Amino acid sequence: MAAGSTIDALGQFELHPVLGGLGEALRFSQSPLMMIVASVAVLAFLYVGMRPKAVVPGRLQAAAEICYDFIHNMAVDTIGPEGRAFFPFVFTLFFFILAGNYLGLLPFSFAFTSHVAVTIALALMVFVLSVIVSLKAQGAKFFAHFMPAGAPVALAPLLVPIEILSFLSRPVSLSIRLFANMVAGHVMLEMFAAFTIMLAGLGLIGDALAVGPVVINVALMALELLVGALQAYVFAILTCIYLREAVAH
Amino acid sequence: MGKETDSSRQAFDRRLKQAMDRNNPDRAAEAPLQGSDITTVGTVLRAGTEMVAGLAVGVAMGWGLDRWLGCRPVFLILFSLLGGAAGVLNVWRLVRPQDALEDKPGPHAGPER
Repeated sequence: MAAGSTIDALGQFELHPVLGGLGEALRFSQSPLMMIVASVAVLAFLYVGMRPKAVVPGRLQAAAEICYDFIHNMAVDTIGPEGRAFFPFVFTLFFFILAGNYLGLLPFSFAFTSHVAVTIALALMVFVLSVIVSLKAQGAKFFAHFMPAGAPVALAPLLVPIEILSFLSRPVSLSIRLFANMVAGHVMLEMFAAFTIMLAGLGLIGDALAVGPVVINVALMALELLVGALQAYVFAILTCIYLREAVAH
Repeated sequence: MGKETDSSRQAFDRRLKQAMDRNNPDRAAEAPLQGSDITTVGTVLRAGTEMVAGLAVGVAMGWGLDRWLGCRPVFLILFSLLGGAAGVLNVWRLVRPQDALEDKPGPHAGPER
């Protein structure tokens, strides 16, 4: 990573084939590998957690039930009664992103949410779904939303493009937010880790000073745990908000 | 005997209250996960990207239209402005008071003058 006196903060986001020759042949990089690990981790958590099927849940089962209730409440409270239909989608999105963010914090791991290609794919999925649901629920009335109710007709040439741009900016902001937060966090961790190595090369006084970046990195790790959960939450709640606007008449 | 029951009940009540007080901080610490605090932090984090996203979409669309129609700076300038306005609109949608939902024509009618 940081060799000598240079800081290669972005090198950690480079993709390279994993799993030897097979990965080489399939162009299989860390990113899809971590996606599979994240999916399997979430599924295993739910399966193992819910296997006892106890009326009075144990710790793991209680955790799985809290996760279920948390997203279920979010979907139903935000979207309304129709939210139950979208609950599996929101649940999958939230835990896929959460697992991706958290797995990316482990050493030798990779945060697939730090690639804009991944986040924009997720955001476009949400966007296309919300457009389809809008068209299905509201029909042609959907297009009336691009003209704010009560505004003078003379302003339509100005307002309609602004509304359309505002609508189209949704997947962009959704994807950039997640991607930028993850990249920023990992770059900061890398930077301070590199500071430690550079300071440690300065001899005795450097050894003492090198403790500083380590302390900062510990704090940053706590911040990243917060950001990882928060960004997954924001992604999920925005999905719910967009779907609520889609099903509303 | 009645008095004794009474005092033991008082003692029990006191211990119950202490136990509940002891438990309360835990519950308070747990609450933000689902309460309004996390929503507030999320809102603050959203505001910046909402604005940039509106502008980015506007610039991208203007650039694309220019490339397609071959009239280099016209659409880029026009859509940069519209995109900036869309970004501000996004932020306004985010931070407006919830009872301002009905006032939508108000802020929109403003720029005309």
